[in-house]
Amino acid sequence: MKKLNRINDFVIRFANVNGSGSASANNLFAKAVFRLGVPVSPKNIFPSNIQGLPTWYEVRVCEKGYLGRRGGYDFIVAVNGQTLKKDYEGLESGGYFFYDSTKSLTEDYTRKDITLIRMPLTDICNREIDNPKLRPLLKNIIYVGALAYLLDMDFSILTDSIAKQFSKKPKLAEPNIRALKLGREYASEHFAHTCELSLKRSDKLAGHILIDGNTATGLGALYGGATVAGWYPITPSTSVIEAFDKFTRQYRMDESGKRKAAIIQAEDELSAMGIALGAAWNGARAFTATSGPGVSLMTELLGLAYFSEIPVVLINVQRAGPSTGMPTRTQQSDVLACAYASHGDTKHVLLFPCDPKECFEMTAESFDLADRLQTPVIVMSDLDLGMNDHVSMPMEWDDARRYDRGKVLDRAALDSMVRDWGRYLDSDNDGICYRTYPGTHPEKGAYFTRGSSHDEYAAYTEDTDAYKRCMERLSQKFETARDLMPASHIQINANAGTLGAVFYGTTTNAANEAIEQLGEKGIVLNSLRVRGFPFKDEVRKFINSHDQVFVIEQNRDGQMRTLLITELDLLPSKLISIAHVAGTPIDALSITRSIEALLIDKPKPETPKGGAA
Amino acid sequence: MSSRRPVFRHPNLPKNDLGYTRRDYEGLDSTLCAGCGHDSITNAIIQACFELSIEPHRVAKLSGIGCSSKSPAYFLGKSHGINAVHGRMPSVATGANMANKDLLYIGVSGDGDTASIGMGQFVHIVRRNLNMVYIVMNNGCYGLTKGQDSATADKGSSSRKGRPNPFEAIDLCETAVQTGAGFVARGFSGDKEQLVPLLKAAMGHRGFALVDVISPCVTFNNTPASTKSYHWARDHMEATATFDFIPSRQEITTDYVEGATQNVTLHDGSVIRLHKTDNSFDVTQRWSSLEAMEQCREKGQILTGILHVNETLKDTHDILETTDKPLNTLTEKDLCPGNQVLTKISENYR
Ligand SMILES: Cc1ncc(C[n+]2csc(CCOP(=O)(O)OP(=O)(O)O)c2C)c(N)n1
Ligand code: SF4
Ligand SMILES: [Mg+2]
Repeated sequence: MKKLNRINDFVIRFANVNGSGSASANNLFAKAVFRLGVPVSPKNIFPSNIQGLPTWYEVRVCEKGYLGRRGGYDFIVAVNGQTLKKDYEGLESGGYFFYDSTKSLTEDYTRKDITLIRMPLTDICNREIDNPKLRPLLKNIIYVGALAYLLDMDFSILTDSIAKQFSKKPKLAEPNIRALKLGREYASEHFAHTCELSLKRSDKLAGHILIDGNTATGLGALYGGATVAGWYPITPSTSVIEAFDKFTRQYRMDESGKRKAAIIQAEDELSAMGIALGAAWNGARAFTATSGPGVSLMTELLGLAYFSEIPVVLINVQRAGPSTGMPTRTQQSDVLACAYASHGDTKHVLLFPCDPKECFEMTAESFDLADRLQTPVIVMSDLDLGMNDHVSMPMEWDDARRYDRGKVLDRAALDSMVRDWGRYLDSDNDGICYRTYPGTHPEKGAYFTRGSSHDEYAAYTEDTDAYKRCMERLSQKFETARDLMPASHIQINANAGTLGAVFYGTTTNAANEAIEQLGEKGIVLNSLRVRGFPFKDEVRKFINSHDQVFVIEQNRDGQMRTLLITELDLLPSKLISIAHVAGTPIDALSITRSIEALLIDKPKPETPKGGAA
Repeated sequence: MSSRRPVFRHPNLPKNDLGYTRRDYEGLDSTLCAGCGHDSITNAIIQACFELSIEPHRVAKLSGIGCSSKSPAYFLGKSHGINAVHGRMPSVATGANMANKDLLYIGVSGDGDTASIGMGQFVHIVRRNLNMVYIVMNNGCYGLTKGQDSATADKGSSSRKGRPNPFEAIDLCETAVQTGAGFVARGFSGDKEQLVPLLKAAMGHRGFALVDVISPCVTFNNTPASTKSYHWARDHMEATATFDFIPSRQEITTDYVEGATQNVTLHDGSVIRLHKTDNSFDVTQRWSSLEAMEQCREKGQILTGILHVNETLKDTHDILETTDKPLNTLTEKDLCPGNQVLTKISENYR
């Protein structure tokens, strides 16, 4: 048997039972890899449950810097009896199966192409750790200690991490460090020359941070000047508000200890959106965060916000399906639901962050865009981005930056106004009118806000022409939005390329890796990463300058593909859907395989148009 | 279209302390049916704001959907207002109030808007004790969708459709007391003498103030067999203690007999002086308010007046410990911690 022999390039999976405290041990390991300067991407694959069901934590280590999922795993820490067999069978050939040998494997574990690493974790715990309450937790730390030996890691990285984690309670650090050492000692006595995977210090990460998208989003709301948040708990969005709450308690207190933010846990998502809308109507920057089922409940109010032109920010941390679908699994499956959320002729501005830094930037930016455009802006994150840690460039803020509050008339502006004012009068011809906040002026600027039955002066009317003018102006406003969207990221690998790839959000890393894999096989693709909707003009140009474009995304029906076809009036046959519907983050290998298979099935078009994008 | 207000502008109209006439508190002409109870409530709101010398532009009007919810267009034309969606005015009011704690928030809703589609939001806004006046124009039916029974229609009451309502009624005042409202009152659109001071007292209260007003729908639910009709309300109204509303600016004269009156001082310094009668009960106690309402309900009476007051409760802003300045006036300087802090925060993720 040939053992896998690699340095800084492998996937290690942890199979645990949820609620057993494994998360912090597994995080400790991932963080240690990060602190060794090696690109790493941890993914938590967990059930909708609090205790007792299987959960996996997958850590990809990749010196080359690919941060998407690779597919497969080379080393497994199998400490969940329920999934032992499956974990065993899924291991790559030449891989390493590390398990708790307190209970021996049954006879049907017959693979000859893998290395078994037997460690009696439970026995060690029972023998060495006096406090039975601590045993389950420390068992996890013990295997991390063993890994340090097996993978030849710098041990001080782990002990330093523990010391840092418990810097405020050094007493708690001590049993953890002891557990690490127990693991390392056992491994060094029993597993010399067993594992040929290793982790070496690297210089691939310089200045990077390891952070989850939701924390970065919460920070974006802090920096973007949000003061009111309404929300209702739902995985995977809850930690956005938790982060916002935490940061505002640190950085938004006045001299007397009072808070410069109001965060309300609402009774449901209807109310959460109502709170954000009411606050935004009244001139505060306001937002809410939710996931699919919550978006469904918010759609009526999103419609009101669209028609009555109230800026409001919605963070949608997408997940798979309904509450009893796969609520703790990731998807990009709300693209259409959000683009056209609500009744009537609605369309919404969407932003697609792909890493924590963009979560921060786009969230902060979303408040400017919403105020400028006087319309809802939806930030389309997802579970993978929001809840997993990602290697990211650090966030930056330009201190010279000023909030763009858009077209708002204050008291002085109303007093000095020479021309006619109407709330829905488009005097600048960009579809955006001037608003006033309640309470501004004793005599001027008051109006009654309602949906679309109004004329330019906000007076109630059901007149056909007035309605038509209103709807057309809203369309025009959407055109203005197009220019304000963040630029697409375009990568040209072949100047006269005929094949293109379009993707967005968390599909980015895996797609980029797949494009490199395909390039090595002689299939060269240019790519465009969509970052906002309405689509900027370069999206149309890119697609038009290629013969075939693969739209890579994480949903069943190719929702972005549909949106592109509809909004850019494209020939459907030109866009080929590469869809990943597993609930787990998309991986490079399956993209590569799908594209290869499609190209073999379909001969290349005879008259390639070519041309640079 | 019908307008029931005199068009003629009198040069010597009486002015309030701010120099405004009652006209300054009016809105557009009503488009509701002639005789609709809602219009009388609109007039009472205008009267109350005028008499209290409230600055019109420092009021924000909010409503849901329904005939009742159209009313904010018909009063306080100098104030901003928003027609939310059906049943969701409470959440929109919550957000608005969070953004600016310095305005007076007047919400108008219907019994359908509040007691059915909006029941969830209603009880939660009460629990949070949002500082606002919440007026329910209660006609026991869905006016705007042509007269279906609502959840406040009494069991056995029939609208124009003629079928007696088979379901139990929700009493919004009882619900509000149970969920912790600090001010609960019930009025009748046909009794302006009582309604105007009720509204004034509600405006003086800090925290959530419910004013449930029986407001007959003349088109669909004003039949002899309807318990929300004009004549039924007149025949079955049972007032709690009569009271005087003494605004904060006015001196309190001591012409009351010890033991026969109860004074409740509101947040803004105004005083509600209740004159005890055989019907009166301790309005400051939840249990006693609920008992009084239940007793009347059993007798088929409609208990009106101030049903509950508690001036000791914290409002939403107090509970959330928000800063004194309205949140919508804070700027980058107040809100954005800057790049140096961000660099420091990033350090924690290394
Ligand atoms: C989501 C939604 N469902 C239904 C309606 C239709 N609708 C409009 S008004 C109304 C009932 C209003 O009743 P109420 O609040 O009692 O007001 P009233 O007209 O009696 O004053 C209904 C059901 C709507 N506008 N929105
Ligand atoms: S239908 Fe009823 S509630 Fe509506 S305006 Fe007419 S009388 Fe009033
Ligand atoms: Mg009604």
